[in-house]
Amino acid sequence: MPTSGVKKNMPKSFNVTKYLRMDKMPHIWCPGCGNGMVMSAFLRAVDTIKLNPDKTVVVSGIGCSSRITGYLDFNTLHTTHGRPLAFATGIKLANPSLEVIVITGDGDATAIGGNHFLHACRRNVNITTIVINNSIYGMTGGQYSPLTGKGEIASTAPYGNVEPKLEICKVAEAAGATYVARGATYQPVFLEDLIIGALENKGFSLLEVISQCPVYYGRLNKKGDAVEMLKWQKENTISIKAAAKRSPSALKGKILLGVLASSFRPEYTEEYAGIIEEAQRMKS
Amino acid sequence: MSRRLMQGNEACAQGALRAGVNFFAGYPITPSTEIAEIMARKLPQKGGKFIQMEDEIASMAAVIGASLTGAKTLTATSGPGFSLKQENIGFALMTEIPCVIVNVQRLGPSTGAPTLPAQGDVLQTRWGTHGEHTIIVLSPASVEEAYYLIVTAFNFSEKLRTPVILLLDETIGHLRESVDLEKYREIRIVNRQLPRVSPEKYLPYAAEENEAPPMIPFGEGYRYHVTGLVHDETGFPCTGNNTAIEKLLRRLNGKIKAHLEEILLFRELLTEDAEYLIIAYGAVARSAAEAVKLARNEGVKAGLLQMQTLWPFDADFIYKKTSQKKTVFVPEMNLGQYAGEVRKAIGNTVPVIPIPQVDGMLIHPRKILAYLRGEEKYAQVF
Repeated sequence: MPTSGVKKNMPKSFNVTKYLRMDKMPHIWCPGCGNGMVMSAFLRAVDTIKLNPDKTVVVSGIGCSSRITGYLDFNTLHTTHGRPLAFATGIKLANPSLEVIVITGDGDATAIGGNHFLHACRRNVNITTIVINNSIYGMTGGQYSPLTGKGEIASTAPYGNVEPKLEICKVAEAAGATYVARGATYQPVFLEDLIIGALENKGFSLLEVISQCPVYYGRLNKKGDAVEMLKWQKENTISIKAAAKRSPSALKGKILLGVLASSFRPEYTEEYAGIIEEAQRMKS
Repeated sequence: MSRRLMQGNEACAQGALRAGVNFFAGYPITPSTEIAEIMARKLPQKGGKFIQMEDEIASMAAVIGASLTGAKTLTATSGPGFSLKQENIGFALMTEIPCVIVNVQRLGPSTGAPTLPAQGDVLQTRWGTHGEHTIIVLSPASVEEAYYLIVTAFNFSEKLRTPVILLLDETIGHLRESVDLEKYREIRIVNRQLPRVSPEKYLPYAAEENEAPPMIPFGEGYRYHVTGLVHDETGFPCTGNNTAIEKLLRRLNGKIKAHLEEILLFRELLTEDAEYLIIAYGAVARSAAEAVKLARNEGVKAGLLQMQTLWPFDADFIYKKTSQKKTVFVPEMNLGQYAGEVRKAIGNTVPVIPIPQVDGMLIHPRKILAYLRGEEKYAQVF
């Protein structure tokens, strides 16, 4: 559960530029895109818990959201499509003193990167993974992803998507992630709290962020502009706390937000430190 | 004397440890698995890390990630796994991240014959990943060579900030020979060059002409960006700057070619007065050496040029070594992959006769001898 962060209606005010590579602005994201909102929440969380950028590595894959590493003034690694978790696992195991964060998209994390996703959850390596879910492949122009809803339109699903969605939070929990949460761009303060919770969990954390792509997903599915899409989020989501007080029928079709699962299991690199001790003891 | 019986795959593992490897990520695959097994046992004993990843792609990614933190990293695989690693090998080439990849060849394509020897991956090591690139590939013909060539592979990788491939065939990987590794006690170990400037002045991809840039591990206060996109000296994408793109591509290829003399490793057996020259590598070089001895006993002036460095290919070197010969023979456990390169290098000046074999068996010395005697003149390549 989130243990710090200040509940306020408005995001806190702070000097965001010290965490950004301002010479790389303007960013490449389209007007109305949710990626910047997630980046902003992420940096507020970083500032709140005082993460040291020198000791923090941010890893991304390929896609719109994965371009975030170019803007963050940390140690940043923009990898191959679908593989950031595998790169991040190597980094964290080789040097466990580094804080390792993966920021990825729905296609990167759950389609081409699906296998790595499962095994990163299972190993419980201390990596925070933020999946920015905009329900579409944006960089390539609007193809359906495993998180595009059934019946929805994409450039490669012109008659409607025949595939069902993957429930990535359920998958993460089942695979062994010790912190599983879902946030949305329409609630930036709550999102910041969830990111803090993910960063503070000693183990593998998965945070799905429901985001908006008005240019491809929104346009193809007639969801309106970015503001309309945020309103849609508000109308179709409910926090897990509020949901506890509602009847099952009132929750039908609602997307739950909040910490969906948290547990304790030994963290991978700490376990491996034990292996090193044992191997050295047996040798001597 | 400290001779001991050792398997080729074990020699790879021991050599890597001698070179200072402290991180291994891999995936089980025949016939390379022994390397992973030895690493799993030995690395934690010296405080290093071993991880069996979920697949070959992830293993390649993990060694690149670990190398970015300053580790010396290794992965080992065979044909099917080597195919899967290609995209991330390209990433390591583009981002200049040192790492060593062992490919113990089995017969392919596809699942093929996992326990039978072949040399079908020779051109794949050269051109397996997409895009214009130059890669270093070393190939041992004995257990002892496997040991010192993997040390050499790490040295090239660290010096030039590039992935290096050690290409074995199954015969060498599983061969057991008596070796004396004492003589390598003083073997030179090269480590990547660190920057001499402060973090504010550090340009992660600023390098001298045809050299590799100095490299600082992540987490040392030099915050920088690494991307598989084309990038300029700052490390940030330069897709809109054609001059910077060409400069990068020229340097990535040029830094290997500029050090060709140092990289090009070979051994010669009776080549000086030879009228007939065999060019061979890996286990086939052993058959060829035997064939040379048999031929000489019969008065046929044969010689062997054993290539330890398969790539980069030095066409001028091959031209010089072959120009005075009557015939050049290239026996290999494929349908003429290296023979084609040799022919390209020397054109029609000297006949190049491939001696191909793809039956899952090591080429017999007597097969090569038949060519040297002139009993066999032309092989069915296709």
